[in-house]
Amino acid sequence: MKTDLSVDLGFLKLRNPVLAASGTFGYGTEFAPFLDLSALGGVVVKGLYYGPREGNPPPRIVETASGMINAIGLQGVGVEAFAADVLPELRKAGASVWVNVCGEDEDEYLRVIGFLDRLDGLAAYELNISCPNVKRNGLCPALRADWTFDLVRAAKARSRRPVVAKLSPNVTDIVEIARAAERAGADGVSLVNTFLAMAIDPETRRPRLANGFGGLSGPAIKPIALRMVYQAASAVKIPVIGMGGVMTGRDAVEFLIAGAKAVEVGTANFVDPASTVRVIGDIEAFCLERGIARVSDLVGTVRI
Amino acid sequence: MPLVVRAPLVRKQSWGDYHLFRFRAPEMAEAARPGQFVMIRPGETTAPLLRRPVSLHGRDGGDLEIFFQVTGEGTSLLARRRAGETLDLLGPLGRGFDLDVPLDGRTAYLVGGGRGVAPLFFLGLELAARGAQVKVLYGGRTAADLPVRDRFEEAGLEVVCSTDDGSFGRRGLVTALLESESSLRRPDILFVCGPDPMMKACAGISRRLGVPAQVSLESIMGCGFGACWGCVHRIARRGEAKWRKICEDGPVFPAEDIVWNGEG
Repeated sequence: MKTDLSVDLGFLKLRNPVLAASGTFGYGTEFAPFLDLSALGGVVVKGLYYGPREGNPPPRIVETASGMINAIGLQGVGVEAFAADVLPELRKAGASVWVNVCGEDEDEYLRVIGFLDRLDGLAAYELNISCPNVKRNGLCPALRADWTFDLVRAAKARSRRPVVAKLSPNVTDIVEIARAAERAGADGVSLVNTFLAMAIDPETRRPRLANGFGGLSGPAIKPIALRMVYQAASAVKIPVIGMGGVMTGRDAVEFLIAGAKAVEVGTANFVDPASTVRVIGDIEAFCLERGIARVSDLVGTVRI
Repeated sequence: MPLVVRAPLVRKQSWGDYHLFRFRAPEMAEAARPGQFVMIRPGETTAPLLRRPVSLHGRDGGDLEIFFQVTGEGTSLLARRRAGETLDLLGPLGRGFDLDVPLDGRTAYLVGGGRGVAPLFFLGLELAARGAQVKVLYGGRTAADLPVRDRFEEAGLEVVCSTDDGSFGRRGLVTALLESESSLRRPDILFVCGPDPMMKACAGISRRLGVPAQVSLESIMGCGFGACWGCVHRIARRGEAKWRKICEDGPVFPAEDIVWNGEG
């Protein structure tokens, strides 16, 4: 017997349900020494603004209990360098490439999409609605349903490719935001991004991150992420991609059972660069041992 | 090409907070260059979660050595590992020291502060093999902070020590030692690793002497291979200053490229 690992998101078929999460996988090429990029369900590359971005001063990361807080500040090379230097490498490697699309305002998101739309060899866009927005007092669109709706609708109107909205967990009601993205025409939602967090050095009484705050990720957030994925998947009809602290195949299976059609592996990539392929193998073994013919048979089967 | 390997810890020596591990990893040893580092998992669980960067200290056939100081939870856990146990390592990582420079017959001063001496043993042997006249300037707060000084001597490398409290070698900072040694004999090249203020001072001395210096920076790292962008330092090349990754573009940089805290 074999298990069919493929997943149909409706707008895109994946060879398996495991993607590498944006911000934890560089531009993908960093991982070529450790794994076959074409073996993954997808590679969501680091968030791209239109131009190169400076990022924040260090310290940018701090480790906390079973997790880490980062404030990288979305340092990056911009769309032109991505198209010239990175994308050809990823295509040669056979990766299914998603781009995490950033913007300081709606106009920049649309310019990034406009530029990427002219390139071949991209599977989808993950809309990073958690970027600080200069027209919204530095707040990110993900914080409000109406802002999320407006941005997703504008991106969908511009894009020739599927658009998945990546949701922030730093909201009162994740269901309201997920529904707004769905109403605006998102092809799917992915969640959760990192939790806004802080660490303080008691000796110096200063925040451990130069930026003060950062985003918490890793196994510490998994139970909260799982709850939010379950809530979102129960509320929308579009596919949900779950993430937050996935370290093992069993973690990934929990997200599938909660209702996610696919999962993203994030912080685990730093500890074990081959985490994504290990998780794929573990999911397959989980299914085989239990006689599950299709991994999609697990999706949304939580018994409540 | 970096590898993830599980390698047996074959020997462990400890001096207070300082530890020297020797592990067997022939493929990694073959690829390793002085100034490179490994990312090592302190334990087997998710607490602590991240690997810790540790400089390669030495190579002997298929064995590699690391020398580190306990500075927190991760290194404390690592220090409790015993000979015979297996280490989970990722490496070798980083560019290491640039040895594609004139070395034969040249005088090289290797300046190490505290645990920063770690990469200088591997480097010193390599430089000596390439015909350089190597002098190691090894500084610490007290005599207890100079645990591996004998290793350099036993390997035939000249070592001059300094301690802040005068408990061993010359009293004072290793930077003062560098000034006085340089006035006796001007070096052709400097290699530096230690705390930031010490490296910044050495960079200033190298500029005054008109001698090139290679400086190995330290940082908290999320991954060690360029994926997380967490370990940046301000680096200026051809007049353009930006945040560059210590793990991937370094950890060794030309002193003149490094923008120190409080500058620019």
